[in-house]
Amino acid sequence: MSGIITKVSGPLVVAEGLADANVSDVVRVGSQRLIGEILNMTGDAASIQVYEETSGLGPGAEVVTTGLPLSVELGPGMLENIYDGIQRPLPEIRALTGETITRGVQVAALNREKKWDFVPVAEPGQHVAGGDVLGTVQETSAILHKIMVPPGVSGTVKSIEKGEFTVDHVIAVLEDYNGKTKELTMVQNWPVRIARPYSQKYTPARPMNSGQRIIDTLFPIAKGGTAAVPGPFGSGKTVVQHQLAKWSDVDIVVYIGCGERGNEMTDVLMEFPELTDPRNGEPLMKRTVLIANTSDMPVAAREASIYTGITIAEYFRDMGYDVAVLADSTSRWAEALREMSGRLEEMPGEEGYPAYLASRLAQFYERAGVVECLGSDERRGSVTAIGAVSPPGGDTSEPVSQATMRIVKVFWALDSSLAYARHFPAINWLTSYSLYVDTLKPWYEGEFGAKYMQNRDKAMHILQEEAELQEIVRLVGQDALSPADRLTMETAKMIREDFLQQNAFIDEDAYSSYLKQFRLLDMVLQYDTVCREAIGSGADMNKLFNIPARERIGRAKMVPQDEVVKTYDGIIEEMKAEIAEIAEGGEDE
Amino acid sequence: MIREYKTIREVANPLMVVKQVEGVTYDELGELELPNGEVRRCKVLEVEGDTAVVQLFESAQGINLAGTKVRFLGHPLELGVSEDMLGRVFNGMGEPIDGGPEILADAHRDINGLPMNPAARAYPAEFIQTGVSTIDGLNTLVRGQKLPIFSCSGLPHAALAAQIARQARVLGANENFAVVFAAIGITFEESEYFIQDFRRTGAIDRTVVFSNLANDPAVERIATPRMALTAAEYLAFEKDMHVLVILTDITNYAEALREVSAAKKEVPGRRGYPGYLYTDLATMYERAGRRIGKKGSITMIPILTMPEDDKTHPIPDLTGYITEGQIILSRELHRKGIVPPVDVLPSLSRLKDKGIGEGKTREDHSGTMNQLFAAYARGKDAKELMTILGEAALSDDDKLFAKFADEFERQYVSQGNETNRTIEETLNLGWELLRILPRKELKRIKPEYIEKYMPEDK
Repeated sequence: MSGIITKVSGPLVVAEGLADANVSDVVRVGSQRLIGEILNMTGDAASIQVYEETSGLGPGAEVVTTGLPLSVELGPGMLENIYDGIQRPLPEIRALTGETITRGVQVAALNREKKWDFVPVAEPGQHVAGGDVLGTVQETSAILHKIMVPPGVSGTVKSIEKGEFTVDHVIAVLEDYNGKTKELTMVQNWPVRIARPYSQKYTPARPMNSGQRIIDTLFPIAKGGTAAVPGPFGSGKTVVQHQLAKWSDVDIVVYIGCGERGNEMTDVLMEFPELTDPRNGEPLMKRTVLIANTSDMPVAAREASIYTGITIAEYFRDMGYDVAVLADSTSRWAEALREMSGRLEEMPGEEGYPAYLASRLAQFYERAGVVECLGSDERRGSVTAIGAVSPPGGDTSEPVSQATMRIVKVFWALDSSLAYARHFPAINWLTSYSLYVDTLKPWYEGEFGAKYMQNRDKAMHILQEEAELQEIVRLVGQDALSPADRLTMETAKMIREDFLQQNAFIDEDAYSSYLKQFRLLDMVLQYDTVCREAIGSGADMNKLFNIPARERIGRAKMVPQDEVVKTYDGIIEEMKAEIAEIAEGGEDE
Repeated sequence: MIREYKTIREVANPLMVVKQVEGVTYDELGELELPNGEVRRCKVLEVEGDTAVVQLFESAQGINLAGTKVRFLGHPLELGVSEDMLGRVFNGMGEPIDGGPEILADAHRDINGLPMNPAARAYPAEFIQTGVSTIDGLNTLVRGQKLPIFSCSGLPHAALAAQIARQARVLGANENFAVVFAAIGITFEESEYFIQDFRRTGAIDRTVVFSNLANDPAVERIATPRMALTAAEYLAFEKDMHVLVILTDITNYAEALREVSAAKKEVPGRRGYPGYLYTDLATMYERAGRRIGKKGSITMIPILTMPEDDKTHPIPDLTGYITEGQIILSRELHRKGIVPPVDVLPSLSRLKDKGIGEGKTREDHSGTMNQLFAAYARGKDAKELMTILGEAALSDDDKLFAKFADEFERQYVSQGNETNRTIEETLNLGWELLRILPRKELKRIKPEYIEKYMPEDK
């Protein structure tokens, strides 16, 4: 099926003579065979968004439809790779066209030459259906890739191979009840705009450990949950996203650089192979898939990139893995949507964004969740979706932030005034929230006892109180506060500086285990309790605030994980002794 | 064969509609020939059937619908590049205006460039010493970075940019460098300030100037920075030079873009700027960087004036989301006579952490940097409190922080435009100032560095 171009306006191309094409079909445009997707059909004219630069294209050029919707190839070879928004592998494009991306490059998403060691799990004669595991491939040292029967396919295994094959090789033949056979390879194709099926969805109940103190302790996210990180530029959104990609206790991370800086992707590419996963000692790159559609790359492919990313995530979820999808930034995706909408001359909604912005965002986030996967072994997997939002001027009253807030359950609000004071991560403890606190409470209590969440509530309370006291201090000065209130201010300062602040660039501090988080906060709160008693019995407040142990508490976050218990016990003992001495002295006077 | 059309149907500056065209493609460059023989340039914005909407780069004055001919040249707007461009001055469309000969082009390049493959980027990590403490010490610039200066009307951003261009060097290296300077809608005086400064230091022979002044056609400004970047890419990635690109003023560029967008009757985004302003700016800014296997680099310093001193205005806002940090100038510091008036707290260099530390600058750099930032922030808070409640309301520690903030501005920030400090001088000055503070407050520095650089006995 081919048509003829009648109009070109930036990434939007209109072609006639495509009566037989379907909406959402992928098309090839012009002599350079640029990749595009049909958005609308009017009679036999199709409006096409082209995923590559359209300069040099004009009326009369040919458009050929492939008859298939925009799809990704799913199979071994995705991990450690970096793709553009429509799943073209960037290292291979580089090998073909050098440092810049020229147009019309066609490269298969999965390497066709590489051989994988396929180990069968299913046996001849066994009945299998969509989601059942046929066999496994050790894709990287960290991840066992399960080769599954594609959704919607079923039958009896007629034959199954064992050995080293390329992804195109037929590894199993199924026979259905009509006697028709189907050959299966290690590759599945799946349209990106359709969510992959599962048998059942559950409410998330386990936290995702991120190693970030403010996240894990104050505003936790559940595996299978959704979160947004909004913030003005310079507030550290990308660092937060990178930290989550590095330290989250998930099996797979899909990182989508959507309309962001090229150097940030380079940073990930360079750094992740060097970093090791604190849980299994493997390089972090071994569990990571990168999607990079940087801001200088074509805008239409940016729109596709988050779907490409989440489809890959769902595929790994279907194997029974916990997957985290990090999208940086959904605002750039929304802008791409707005640009295409404007070119289609659609009636704009708020701030020029199309009226369907909120529903598209909701559809994306709704693809997250904890599910029981297809397949007979009842395995469970999850997709956790975390999107950065870049509100213009840091003002979250704009449409993308507002639409996102209506959907997500966790909101880590980044604050530029914290960033100026170099308080990182610059997540504001007063405006952020997590709706998972209650659902995750039983898990925390089961693992660490009731005290973990009690400490959390106490810390939140002190921070809240500090905000109120600060108002008073601003009006009448510090001297007007009672000693107890002064202590609250002091403890709040310790919570902020000694607990919440976390330096992503110092090895000892970048990742904090639950134990370390718990003990650190507990130590600060113990200081508060002991001091409060001492102040009650008349001890000198200023002396209490200046005990030498305070400096040790301030440096306690730099203590390596395995020395935490011993060192912290030592500090607490010292602290108590010093306070006791002051308290006794106070009574003497 | 190039066909000529005499079928202009509509002219509404800066757009023009040409009918009955054939074989015209999107983004193609065109030429207009006026009845008096004058030739002007235009490019295709949209083509539908046999109708092309084109954008003029110059004024529409004098165009006669019947008598004007249009030719489409079959390629997008290009720049002929050559090493001979060094030392020359061009107009915003890349034509020499210094009276010298035409450039014999080595190659012709599409000024839009091509997106850089993220897998082919080399991460910028080489420290550039600019000799300015607030940049070197606190917001370190590295090779291949794009670090804009956010200024306001009436602030001396030109002096700071010229100072950086003059003093910037990579420690221990003696490599081929070049400066590409694009004047985008600025005044003759401002442009001349830079050129005189390049002349004074002898850098002019290694400089390529693209000049679109305030009285040049506004729409031409859309092409000017791209001309400059095309020249920079050629020098950096084909001639192995380390190129510093200065673009001033991006605000004028964005306004030209808005003018064209409004003429096209596009749905406006914030403040009338087109919805694709982010993408458009990104395709310029992202051309800075380093590439794997290439010796050269492009470091970019775009300058923009924030309308109404407002950082949330779309131009600085979108720029900040793309560039790797920003240096912000402050009117308040300028009034206090602090030169250069760099507002340290909201300024940021995102790539600093990879460019500093042992082997690059000094081991104590990261810790002291964070400490100075935090202490200055606290000192400023204390000073604010002091103006409301008086000095008596401050705790003893806060009084010290307030004193620190004053000294920091006076000694560290205010160094003047002629002082070129080495990184050691900058770091040592930082330690000098930290002595004002109680030792227990220096939580952000490793204790061993405090011992080493600030021994107790002193």
